Amino acid sequence: MADQTSSGTPGVSDIVSDYQRRSWRRVSLVVLAAAALFTTIVIDIMTGPATLDFWRVVQVVFAPGSASPKEALIVWDLRMPVALMAVAVGAMLGIAGAEMQTILNNPLADPFTLGLSSAASFGAAVAITMGVSIIPGVGGLLVTVNAFVFACLASGALFLFTRLRGVTPEAMILVGIAMLFTFNALLAFLQYGATELELAQLIFWQLGSLARATWPKVAICVVVLVVVLPYFLSRSWALTALRMGEDKAAALGVNVTLLRLTVLAGVSLLSAVAVSFVGAIAFVGLVGPHIARIIVGEDQRGFLPLSALAGALILSGTSIASKAITPGIIYPVGMITSLIGIPFFLSLILSQRKRYWQ
Amino acid sequence: MTLTAQGIDFAYGERLILQKASFAPLRPGQLTALIGPNASGKSTLFRCIAGLLKPSAGEVHLCGIDLSTLSTRQRLKRVCFMPQFFAANAALTVFDVVMMAQKDLSGWRVTPADMEAVGQALNSAGVGHLSEAYISELSGGQSQMVSVAQALIRRSDVYLFDEPTSALDLHHQLSVLSQIKRAVAERGAIGIVALHDLNLAARFADHLILLGQGRVLAEGTPAEVLPQDNIATTYGVQIEITQGPRKDLTVHAYSS
Repeated sequence: MADQTSSGTPGVSDIVSDYQRRSWRRVSLVVLAAAALFTTIVIDIMTGPATLDFWRVVQVVFAPGSASPKEALIVWDLRMPVALMAVAVGAMLGIAGAEMQTILNNPLADPFTLGLSSAASFGAAVAITMGVSIIPGVGGLLVTVNAFVFACLASGALFLFTRLRGVTPEAMILVGIAMLFTFNALLAFLQYGATELELAQLIFWQLGSLARATWPKVAICVVVLVVVLPYFLSRSWALTALRMGEDKAAALGVNVTLLRLTVLAGVSLLSAVAVSFVGAIAFVGLVGPHIARIIVGEDQRGFLPLSALAGALILSGTSIASKAITPGIIYPVGMITSLIGIPFFLSLILSQRKRYWQ
Repeated sequence: MTLTAQGIDFAYGERLILQKASFAPLRPGQLTALIGPNASGKSTLFRCIAGLLKPSAGEVHLCGIDLSTLSTRQRLKRVCFMPQFFAANAALTVFDVVMMAQKDLSGWRVTPADMEAVGQALNSAGVGHLSEAYISELSGGQSQMVSVAQALIRRSDVYLFDEPTSALDLHHQLSVLSQIKRAVAERGAIGIVALHDLNLAARFADHLILLGQGRVLAEGTPAEVLPQDNIATTYGVQIEITQGPRKDLTVHAYSS
């Protein structure tokens, strides 16, 4: 606990310069994280069966004309979509997790707490085992579209419940958990009746993979980010105020119910798109925001960008690791996120004196 | 500029909290203490004035304007309400939360003037040394002082403080109430403080409103209100009033 005595009271200029120093630190950490992200993207593109060197990749990316056809194929067609998909999905999950934790006032919340990922998995299972498409005429995107539709249905149901029972964090979490178990049970039902081949496909989908990345998917992710992120950023102060408790935020003029609902809609969209494109990648949405919180605190002006960057860094790093562990084999990223994320996360927790994630 | 309430009714479902609560116009520059036993409706009355709760009947007027005609946002710009509790385990510093009130939820950029204002507010609230501490590390009393600083940094016409001294020691009770009284007088604002301690109310308030079972039972200066019988009956105690050494009223309460 801080010192209660008023002796040695700092002057106004000391207080201000302390704050300024912290603001600069926050800005430089965001810049640093962005630079680190750029590096991991380039390394991600370098890594693979045909190795390219760092500067060559940078050249091919920024001056596509200078590339040989083979290099252009490897960089632009094969590896870039995967690398950028990792970044986009990581950022989406990081942002979704950060705001989920904020509006639910629960540090354990992440996009999966509310049952969105099990709904998506169930949607994928319907496509894989029964070949049934919820929206007709989607062809090859059958699994993705089904997963997306079910994730949206799950968040729609959540909305409906909050309309009936009031928008309290408790109600939202409990309904989310109910949904999680419902869809898990339905999923088990489908798995039970599935053939071996379908089962293998299903499990592979659930493990999460970036290999399905394509340019149009990357574009969709970017569009979703461009729509949702500015809204979240514009509500920065209100979201920060919400962390002081509902009452306090309301007294400052925040319409808490409206804020919760609109942010929930944004978060649902982010996670539904992310999960339907790459499968259930756990951990990123939970840990990205925690890393950001430990480093810069919860002023949304730093917390939100850094949560996005932390999520993107984790998934980009994972993408590299998934290719580098055993040459020639690309492991599903869902497995790796936990394996490389957890040691780092634990070391952060252990090195921190403050215990505000409780 | 005056603040009045007329016939405010409020109920949570079947349970009536406020029944025809009205008070005479409160004048600017004056500090009013809202007194009354637990569950007499003090917080609810504050919330009805601030517009956070919608009364089923009755009106609140500020300078002749019916406050219910304003949007919640506009209304809360004019009426600054400090709730009683803030449970915060957030990774936000004391400076951050006061800055949040200073920015009033808009504008990303923090100007040097904003920072100066926050620094000064923290210092005059006596929590300057805590500026970079996380609010989750504060003691109950410290977070209450931060809350007061957060309320006072906002420029409003009406300030409502719900029990701003409940967790404070004697020294800080006096300093926080003096701060509030000074701010209200300097800004020519209308200030209402809900207080449990009748001695503090007697000492600091220019005006008292006694609330019991959702009704305003008495209002007036401390010298008028405190000696009345209904104070004793409302609180269910016997009361003796004496004059302290500095011409202040002292309330002595006995359980029987």
